[in-house]
Amino acid sequence: MAKKKKEEEKVEEAEKTPEEFPVETEPAEDIAEESADTEAPGEDAVAEEKERKPMTRERIEAIQHPVFKQVESIVFGILSPKMIKKMASAKIVTPELYDKEGYPVDGGLMDVRLGVIDPGLRCKTCGCKLKECIGHFGYIELARPVFHIKFIPIIHNLLRCTCRDCGRLLIPKNKMSSFKKHLDEVEATEGYEARQEEIKKSIAKLKTVKKCPHCRANQQKIAIDKPSTFFEGDKKLSPIEIRSRLEKVPDDDAVLYGLNPAFARPEWMVVTVLAIPPVTIRPSITLESGERSEDDLTHKLGDIVRINQRLFENINAGAPEIIIEDLWDLLQYHVTTFLDNTVAQLPPARHRSGQPLKTITQRIKSKEGRIRHNLAGKRTNFCSRTVISPDPMLGLNEVGVPAVVARKLTVPETVNEWNMAYLKKFVERGPGVYPGANYIIRPDGKRKKITEETKEAALEELQPGYVVERHLMDGDISIFNRQPSLHRMSMMCHKVKVLPYKTLRINPAVCAPYNADFDGDEMNLHIPQTEESRAEAEILMQVQTQLISPRYGLSVMGCLHDGISGNFLLTRDVEMPRENAVALLCHVGIEDFSRLPNKKVVTGREIFSVLLPSDFNFRGKSRNGKDVIIENGKLIEGVMDKTSLGGEGAGFLLRSLHKKYGPARTVDILHNILKLGIETLLITGFTAKLSDLDIPKEADDLINDTLNKAEEEAHQMIKAYEEGTLEAFPGRSVEETLELRILELLNKARTKCMNIVKEYADKTTNTIAMAESGARGSYLNISQMSACAGQQALHGSRIRKGYSGRTLSCFKKGDLSPEARGFVRHGFKHGLNPKEFFFHAIVGRDSLMDTALRTPKSGYLYRRLANAMQDLRVEYDRSVRDANYRIIQFEYGEDGIDVSRSENGKIDVQKIIDSV
Amino acid sequence: MHEALKPYVGKLPRSILEEIEEKCPASKIKKVAEKALEEYNTAMIAPGEAVGLISAESIGEPGTQMTLDTFHFAGVAEMNVTMGLPRIIEILDGRKTLATPMMEIFLKSPYNKGKDIRKCALLVKETTLGEIVTEFVIDIVDLKIEAKLDAEKMALLGLTPARLAKAVSKAKTLSKEASVKENKEGNLVLKLKGKEEKGLNDLYKLKETARDVYVCGIKGVTQVLPVKRKDEFIIITAGSNLKKVLDLDFVDPNRTMSNDIYEITENFGIEAARQAIIEEVFKVIEAQGLNVDIRHIMLVADTMCVSGAIKGITRYGVVSEKASVLARASFETPIKHVINAALAGEVDKLNSVVENVMLNQAVPVGTGLPGLVTKVKKGKLK
Repeated sequence: MAKKKKEEEKVEEAEKTPEEFPVETEPAEDIAEESADTEAPGEDAVAEEKERKPMTRERIEAIQHPVFKQVESIVFGILSPKMIKKMASAKIVTPELYDKEGYPVDGGLMDVRLGVIDPGLRCKTCGCKLKECIGHFGYIELARPVFHIKFIPIIHNLLRCTCRDCGRLLIPKNKMSSFKKHLDEVEATEGYEARQEEIKKSIAKLKTVKKCPHCRANQQKIAIDKPSTFFEGDKKLSPIEIRSRLEKVPDDDAVLYGLNPAFARPEWMVVTVLAIPPVTIRPSITLESGERSEDDLTHKLGDIVRINQRLFENINAGAPEIIIEDLWDLLQYHVTTFLDNTVAQLPPARHRSGQPLKTITQRIKSKEGRIRHNLAGKRTNFCSRTVISPDPMLGLNEVGVPAVVARKLTVPETVNEWNMAYLKKFVERGPGVYPGANYIIRPDGKRKKITEETKEAALEELQPGYVVERHLMDGDISIFNRQPSLHRMSMMCHKVKVLPYKTLRINPAVCAPYNADFDGDEMNLHIPQTEESRAEAEILMQVQTQLISPRYGLSVMGCLHDGISGNFLLTRDVEMPRENAVALLCHVGIEDFSRLPNKKVVTGREIFSVLLPSDFNFRGKSRNGKDVIIENGKLIEGVMDKTSLGGEGAGFLLRSLHKKYGPARTVDILHNILKLGIETLLITGFTAKLSDLDIPKEADDLINDTLNKAEEEAHQMIKAYEEGTLEAFPGRSVEETLELRILELLNKARTKCMNIVKEYADKTTNTIAMAESGARGSYLNISQMSACAGQQALHGSRIRKGYSGRTLSCFKKGDLSPEARGFVRHGFKHGLNPKEFFFHAIVGRDSLMDTALRTPKSGYLYRRLANAMQDLRVEYDRSVRDANYRIIQFEYGEDGIDVSRSENGKIDVQKIIDSV
Repeated sequence: MHEALKPYVGKLPRSILEEIEEKCPASKIKKVAEKALEEYNTAMIAPGEAVGLISAESIGEPGTQMTLDTFHFAGVAEMNVTMGLPRIIEILDGRKTLATPMMEIFLKSPYNKGKDIRKCALLVKETTLGEIVTEFVIDIVDLKIEAKLDAEKMALLGLTPARLAKAVSKAKTLSKEASVKENKEGNLVLKLKGKEEKGLNDLYKLKETARDVYVCGIKGVTQVLPVKRKDEFIIITAGSNLKKVLDLDFVDPNRTMSNDIYEITENFGIEAARQAIIEEVFKVIEAQGLNVDIRHIMLVADTMCVSGAIKGITRYGVVSEKASVLARASFETPIKHVINAALAGEVDKLNSVVENVMLNQAVPVGTGLPGLVTKVKKGKLK
């Protein structure tokens, strides 16, 4: 509120609750007690002493009934001098701050009528203490008026388009009404913005008018010498003169200029009375040495008051004009820098240390300013942040919370007749014993800390209407988040599970939506504190409700890593005695084995089938292109891999489970499948070893052959180019053609190597199993390790950078051969030679840079998009509208389908036809 | 339309009805439509859903995964085009000058079968005098330049020396400086104009300006590339000038496209521009191997186009149109917005999201949208 000297924010408040219950004869003091949460326990006891009246039911209800106020609209305008005086509670006359005792001086900038910042003092205006008093404005009467720097361009324009004598707009009388009509028309058809545009255009024309059409006075050119000096011809115009001219502008003409005279009279743009912001927005800090350090605004205001006083004295003493002019200019400078310390033509006001002062504009502006940092972004209590680690035994919608954290984070529970005994137990255990309670809150909002000493009293006091803040327990609702919060799945609701040790734990399957891993990532946990928020979180934000991404309409969560490779191995060729299978399923958490075939040896597929619902049918394909068939909940054919179980758009099996059985059941099944995979690997063991990358001799020969051939071919191409027989592609030069063809050739060679590796690879090894199942890595990765890393491409072409005509000094100038342009023919297992290593490093560095440069760019794009579209919503008539009810789309996405409730944004008609 | 489908008109979107009509055997239609309606109703968007933010998330989030690589070679015979994140930013900014403007010119039959394809391409390309002149011969004695013309190219372009001379002499940069005439050998002669003494320097300057004189073709098109796509020939150009291209008689105006959104607005109107935005953005996202539903892009395109002109997602575009002062101030340049609001005595009705976040009030989207219809009487609560 106290941001801008000249901005007035009239808040029209309307009460939304039907009635404000009269507080039953409580002294005003008492109500002011609430929300003091950091008071020392000693003070607590005193306050309690004062208030021994029993809490009757009526009183509790009376106090507790929340009074919700709702701001309906905010009007912006310029503060008039009259208004400033009216809203001010003190006139500031002296630059002194404190007297000898350190008590704020009356009429000084820290006057206690402007609010208090010292504990113990009381505000003289409202009688409230520190943190209760929101502060009050003061004012200074300026000896001479000065300009408000932010209005300089407007003042300039106004002077140029109004008469210097009569103050009328330089539009002939007869055209005035038609102009007004035109503006109204524009506003009616094109809106308010268009009207302002129109005004700007016509005003621009008025600058050249030589004679006032109203009083026939000659007009002169008015120039501006930045930042704040006006000249009419050669004569300097003082703020006094300008103010008197602006005063002459009639209200009707001001409207035509685009001002609303009710809230912004032109002369108010020249400051005669300066509003002093409350002390509460410019608190001083006490250093360790006991010295006081004042806020930047206080410093600046001190300057203003000082110069203002001197100016007064000099005027009264009849000092020469020059001295008064100088002081006047100085006052203008101080007022200007008080409002904005980054005015282009002025040297910024500085501290003694040399760093520029942070004045009002700097406080509001930019990311760290008031608006984006404090108003559009909020901070919360009841949250926690630590390192995360995986625990596949936790459900997808659970989060493991360390016991230490659970003792600090609390959930408020209102006492009533039925839970009194239950809640008393928490209070009895106190803050130290889990599960206990940390605070009780009296119905009037006063919180009391539970300690060993106060426990007894608290227990005695507790009655319906009180709130107990008990420790976090299993099953409580929480909201879990990882930054950067790029989409709505970055904040999901999890149920709390209190666990030993000191990290937050999540099921690895929910890593995908959070984009989390466990290399030291930290995440935030929030505990909603009201029933409404808990209900919303539970219904709208729980993990199972977020399975389908609103981005593409497919599941974001699925099995990953060991979950996939485990099930892959299990369903591929595992057979085990029934006892072992039962043990395995037990680990997963299955207790009903009736669906496991009653025979000595069971197959992996039969074990896997136990997890599926018995009426489930599915047909799909696995990664190797073979059929996957599930009939009546039995996996008959095929192996499980990423296409069936994976997340992020894959996971066809999960998709059809979701469709048939709904999100809750799908999450359960998914969790079981994941656990099964991991348990399988735990039993069999799973290690990737270096020898997995070994390839047989004949494959090695084949690869060498391929690479030699490719290099040979490349050399031939180069030769053809040098001889000039190479034919260019249409629209390209010969050089470009050569580059493109060599690049293509070498990439093909690498693909060939990959295929050779694929063909000769030992399919029984774990590394290959991972690649085959899609759990991690690909054949390309494997061939890069065991055969050939391939051509390193920089910006879509072979490497060209380096010395003139060559990449490294060990090559001849103009050498176009593969090895001189970044072809790495060795695999990572064999090792790269120095040249290859260098080329590889170039590309690696480039991709790092790319990431670093891209993040802020895409971040800004995202911010702009979010800001532009945040208030679009679907209305009850299904149209998409913005905040002004302007229709953006008649039907969302032309068919009204919610992507997150559809399959890939479509309704699959073919499937329906097949199913009917 | 099939009789059994009629009751579903208005209940099911047209696309679904058409699909049923097309794919479904007549006997099943009623059952299928019933089931489709059921599924459609469960998949329908809920009132209050903050679709704008969801769309912003859906485009912003994959933005972090896109490459910054500006250039992209799709296949061998293609133009360099801006792709990836820079292209998306370019489109959503609503920039008037693109980094790589481009056109795809479709041709009418028989030209699309390859007839005179080279000639067509040349007619599209902007040709300057320098390109059809093999040699400039400077005559120091008479202070004139003889430009020797490439007869072959001239023929291809359908130019005669006489017409060329006329075209060249009309050029603004040249007309004041020199007179242009053709000589007997079919070459061009440029002579310095003006009475005052002119030296060799002026002659050299003349030669350089003459080089850049526009002769024929379409201005702005710097490169042409005829390619075969599927079974017809099209011309891909670097540089875009839709208006002129559409006037050419061998161009198929129904399919010819530019990647310049502004040009599309001017020539085809705002609806076409909206479609172009959707297609261009979708193309980029697809090329990056990302999956974003078309609805999100549609919504962005619609917000850019609602006003009837292209508005970029910038502080000068879409954001400046917001009614709320605080919403504008919370984006960029807060001081400017507050000052202007104060002058006009603007009223912020607190209808959108940020203002209410600032004031700790319920936001009018999602669960914050519904209110009580019944008025609660005062004093009756007890």
